[in-house]
Amino acid sequence: MALASRHTGAFASKDGAVHGAEEDMGRSLSRCHNPAMPSTRVSIQTADFDLAQEVAALRAEDKRVGAVCSFIGTVRDRNDGSAVASMELEHYPGMTEKSIGAMIDEAHRRFDILGVRVVHRVGLLQPLDQIMMVAVSSAHRGQSFQACEFLMDYLKTQAPFWKKEQTPEGARWVDARVDDDAALARWGIEARNA
Amino acid sequence: MKITVRYFASVREALGIGSETVETRAADLGALRDELIARGEPHAGALARGKAVRMALDQVMSAESAPLREGQEVAFFPPVTGG
Repeated sequence: MALASRHTGAFASKDGAVHGAEEDMGRSLSRCHNPAMPSTRVSIQTADFDLAQEVAALRAEDKRVGAVCSFIGTVRDRNDGSAVASMELEHYPGMTEKSIGAMIDEAHRRFDILGVRVVHRVGLLQPLDQIMMVAVSSAHRGQSFQACEFLMDYLKTQAPFWKKEQTPEGARWVDARVDDDAALARWGIEARNA
Repeated sequence: MKITVRYFASVREALGIGSETVETRAADLGALRDELIARGEPHAGALARGKAVRMALDQVMSAESAPLREGQEVAFFPPVTGG
């Protein structure tokens, strides 16, 4: 509990102000890996990311880590029956970081995990591009597997990102899926998104 | 009271603006939504009842019953689709 409350403070102090979309790009909240503190990094950025680098940072100098579980979301070339030429991602600067901070706090309350890294891209993306990643470290695999899935289910319905696809029929905003609300409900949280 | 209202994604596109300052006496988010709808188009269509519109109050997802106070930031947007 002490760790979780310190965690909240770190996000609240940085996210109080509302920033414009441009100045927010690439902004990241980082803390160095003092083994006594959970290592956390959240970044919303236009640039690509390197999962290996993020995992290396989660493991660095932390001898308690025995497991790292990660997820990467990528751009498909088809969605809902149409070819997808490109995808534009919009977000709500300030609220995005706040909501991801809250979901990491909740993951620390529910699971025995050590560090979390969330990187989500915004702007223009093409099929094959990486969209986002979550990586979680823990002493044993069960906790990081579960926390990684929990964080993804939470992010899908609670973090303010929106996707717009370019298709042969024109541009369209991607619809939210009822399945994603159901996925979060498994953890006892009502999503009310789709 | 004065509040800041922000719009995102399809709602922002339909309104043609990303944010505005609104002078209102609405007691909660639902009443504010009704006030904006009552302005007529384009707000009436973009925020129409029966349309999936989600709301945030001071950057936290909130229900229509959330009470409003001077200086707060409200946002209207469609269901989120990140990840």
